[in-house]
Amino acid sequence: MKKVDEKILTRDFGVENSHTLDVYRKQGGYEALSKALKKLKPEDILSEVKAAHLRGRGGAGFPAGMKWDFIPKDSEKPRYLCVNADEGEPGTFKDRYIMSHAPHLLIEGILLTCYCVGIKTAFIYIRGEYENVARRLESALEEAREAGLCGKAILGSDFECDMIVHRGAGAYICGEETALLESLEGKRGNPRLKPPFPAAVGLFQCPTVINNVETLSNIPSIVLQGGKWFSSRGIQEDGGTRIFGVSGFVAKPGIYELPVGTPLKDIIFTHAGGMLEGKTLKAVIPGGMSAPVLKADEIDVTMDCHCMLEADSMLGSSAVIVIDQDTSMLDVLRIMIKFYSHESCGQCTPCRIGTSWIYKIVQRMCRGKGRREEIDEISRLASNILGKTLCPMGDAAAMPILSIVAKFRGELEETIVERSQKAKIQ
Amino acid sequence: MNRDYSDSTRTKIAEILKRYPNKEAALLPVLQLTRREFGSIGEEEEKRVAVLIGISPLRVREAVTFYSMLNRKPLGKYHIQICSNLSCSLMGAENLIAFLSEKLGIQPGETTPDRKFTLSTVECLGACEQAPCMMINDDYFGYLDPKKIDEILSRLS
Repeated sequence: MKKVDEKILTRDFGVENSHTLDVYRKQGGYEALSKALKKLKPEDILSEVKAAHLRGRGGAGFPAGMKWDFIPKDSEKPRYLCVNADEGEPGTFKDRYIMSHAPHLLIEGILLTCYCVGIKTAFIYIRGEYENVARRLESALEEAREAGLCGKAILGSDFECDMIVHRGAGAYICGEETALLESLEGKRGNPRLKPPFPAAVGLFQCPTVINNVETLSNIPSIVLQGGKWFSSRGIQEDGGTRIFGVSGFVAKPGIYELPVGTPLKDIIFTHAGGMLEGKTLKAVIPGGMSAPVLKADEIDVTMDCHCMLEADSMLGSSAVIVIDQDTSMLDVLRIMIKFYSHESCGQCTPCRIGTSWIYKIVQRMCRGKGRREEIDEISRLASNILGKTLCPMGDAAAMPILSIVAKFRGELEETIVERSQKAKIQ
Repeated sequence: MNRDYSDSTRTKIAEILKRYPNKEAALLPVLQLTRREFGSIGEEEEKRVAVLIGISPLRVREAVTFYSMLNRKPLGKYHIQICSNLSCSLMGAENLIAFLSEKLGIQPGETTPDRKFTLSTVECLGACEQAPCMMINDDYFGYLDPKKIDEILSRLS
């Protein structure tokens, strides 16, 4: 029987000073590291992580064990771990909570991953706006170093590993894994052409693993309690819990750690307290702003990678944005496309030109100078971005736009007409 | 006038340069320290950083112009960045931007004549549960409304 209230990541968030080493250890922290260094070989950890069916929590949902296994076994080059803490997908704030409340959970997860993959240096790439969180991470790291948990001869073993907190400087695209690598190397965050994949040619041309904060924070419990245990918390092929960040028109916005496969309706109407008083549901963006929108009558879905794909959307970063009836979808479209046109790195023409062109059209529509037929122009431009860019940001921009146009066309047309009539009167 | 790094920043830069497998990777951290020290990264600072890292000033300019937090022009004493992304807009951010604009007498992107405040809009700050939210220098403020903004700003001297 699955226990719905079982928490893997957020269990101790409410404990006073949960971010300190003392408290973390009192709650059983670093026991997984100790177990691994005393009793487990790196390949034992890899098979547990594979058995756990842990999928990436950053957006793409790629199985973590498989990713680690791609690292070439015969390369003489150093290997690196890059921790993606560039949390920038609109609606997403879960990693901020992990790093603020349980920095040692992340550090332990990083150490275990490095032990498993044979890595001595990890970089935590944290978005620049999280300066205060970065400082907290750095003090946690300092505590870990002083306690012999990080650095050379960890816990008296021959395992050595250290990590560097590296701050981003304000660019959404750097959350894309190859842009993150470029940025870490001191360049503009322009995504790289793949292949070669980072596992073979990554940071400083060396084999590199890139994982999201939440993904890595699950490793200690997998090592301690086993892959099977972890897998059974979720659904088949998609194990564990996820931290759902709910924002928008709900009574209790916040983070909710729930099993993978929890119904979206339960998240909104039970955990997040339902709609704000007097508000009616119109639409839900289920996995960060880049996930295609679901209409109110389409939310009978479970929150796992498979079900969300079946629903023509995606689980993404499991950030749930709740939109009410009084909100105009034309305004939602404007805010979305403003973001993507601002954040496009400019490398690929379809994304650079397409996003700014759509933004201009939608801005005009909002000012009452648009025409209904121009909705087709938006569709055409968005379709020309889809699948035609180096990195997934092109799709991330096109998919939610196309979904709004397809699902709310009638409303968009009405709003365009209404606003142009209003503009004429004024 | 030639401005130079303080001793403590010099020490920090030396530490950072040692930390990375190659010097170029230290570019962002060094630029961030430079911005904190001088308030902005102009041409003079770009040249200074280029020498420190051992790359061309053009390469430094490429990076500076890519990242929104590496400001090339000086900011006010308090940099107010209010989120204009989706979750915050749903919760009324656009009205708050207008409110702040009127209160400070400046548009987003501008600085007050006394150089106390710079107002900017910013994309998602990762604090959507507290929407609408903003940051002032390094600190976050959430669950905003005009009254709360008044209170926060009145505490800043």
